[in-house]
Amino acid sequence: MENTLEAIQLHCVRGERALFEGLSFSLKGGELLRIGGPNGSGKTSLLRIACGLIEPNSGEVRWGGENVRRLKEEFWVRLLYIGHANALKDDLTAAENLGVACTLAGIVADGRRIVSALGRLGLGGRENLPARVLSQGQRRRVALARLALGEDAPLWVLDEPFTALDAAAIKDVQELIGGHVSRGGGVIYTTHLEASITAAVSRRIDLAGN
Amino acid sequence: MLAALRCVIARDLRLAARRSSDVLTVVLFFVIVVSLFPLGIGPEPQLLRTVAPGVLWVAALLASMLALGRVFAADHADGTLEQMMLGATPLGLVVAAKVFAHWLISGLPLVLISPVLALQFDVPRELLGVVVLSLALGTPVLSLIGAIGAALTLGLRGAGALLSLLVLPLYVPVLIIGAGAAEAAASGLGGNAQLLLLGALLIFVGAFAPWAAAVALRISVE
Repeated sequence: MENTLEAIQLHCVRGERALFEGLSFSLKGGELLRIGGPNGSGKTSLLRIACGLIEPNSGEVRWGGENVRRLKEEFWVRLLYIGHANALKDDLTAAENLGVACTLAGIVADGRRIVSALGRLGLGGRENLPARVLSQGQRRRVALARLALGEDAPLWVLDEPFTALDAAAIKDVQELIGGHVSRGGGVIYTTHLEASITAAVSRRIDLAGN
Repeated sequence: MLAALRCVIARDLRLAARRSSDVLTVVLFFVIVVSLFPLGIGPEPQLLRTVAPGVLWVAALLASMLALGRVFAADHADGTLEQMMLGATPLGLVVAAKVFAHWLISGLPLVLISPVLALQFDVPRELLGVVVLSLALGTPVLSLIGAIGAALTLGLRGAGALLSLLVLPLYVPVLIIGAGAAEAAASGLGGNAQLLLLGALLIFVGAFAPWAAAVALRISVE
């Protein structure tokens, strides 16, 4: 039961439209789950529900058998969530941004580890540039550099991690995700690309949309 | 946990330092509004001395209103707020740290500059201390109450006007007690009672407002 995320009979309505109904899945450590589906089919909503950021209209999400909305920080300290938005401040440097993100997530990272995480994502030498001058892809890389520091979080939830990335960076991120799964972590992600991530157990849920 | 709070405060101060125009706008607004009154109501010294605490308080209240919209807006827009909500530290504490940083940026400068402005009104020197102390205790209360309003109106269209309508009535007791402190001191009663009330208010609001704002934020992002 421990380190298992279970979604039970999730029902989500956005505006007037039901995005999904009766959706259930479970994710154990070492498993990879990809959420597919066309634009507007509710992928982001599903991830936000899985994180406990929004409440489903009915159903619940459990971590280790307990509702995540009740566990709160106890669950969130085990979660690494990278959303659509990069959560970067234009006026802070790449290293400062990553440092703040790690501290908020409860990851202890000194300057050296932060620089090496940025280097892992191909941002070596750009640590002290303000995020303002970075390109869209580089900004995404700064946000994703948390993956290189978040190996202790048993659950990763990634919303479109590959947007704006070039081929080399996509490969780096796929390796990081594959590495996390092989260490026994669980990963849920959405993407439009045909990603190739090696994982022992890899499943896929396609939201229909309508 | 303490590391996260220190980090949030340091980050907000650093952001303010790198974008100092935002801080200056609030202070300049305060200075200009206060300076308009002697021009508007004439240079009668007795009248100016009487209205000084009220004018300083109303101007401080409006100036802190001006800065309120920014408490959460930027973090909401770029996704940092989501990360704070899913962080390892309870959101109420993060909000408290953010409000404290916000007060350091937009409230404390008003307190520090208020004795200089009070001189324009010929406020007697022995009253200056009471005016400054009442603002020092009162402006954090304004920031804390305002944070609840800012959280509730986050992401709404026309949030600025709605925020004023929502928060200004709640500012009334603070204004009455705060401006009353200097008046009581001027009439020889001593402003201690009002200052103690402000202190009690600060403790009460400080303990409860961050959690209320945290709940409001969770509702706003749904």
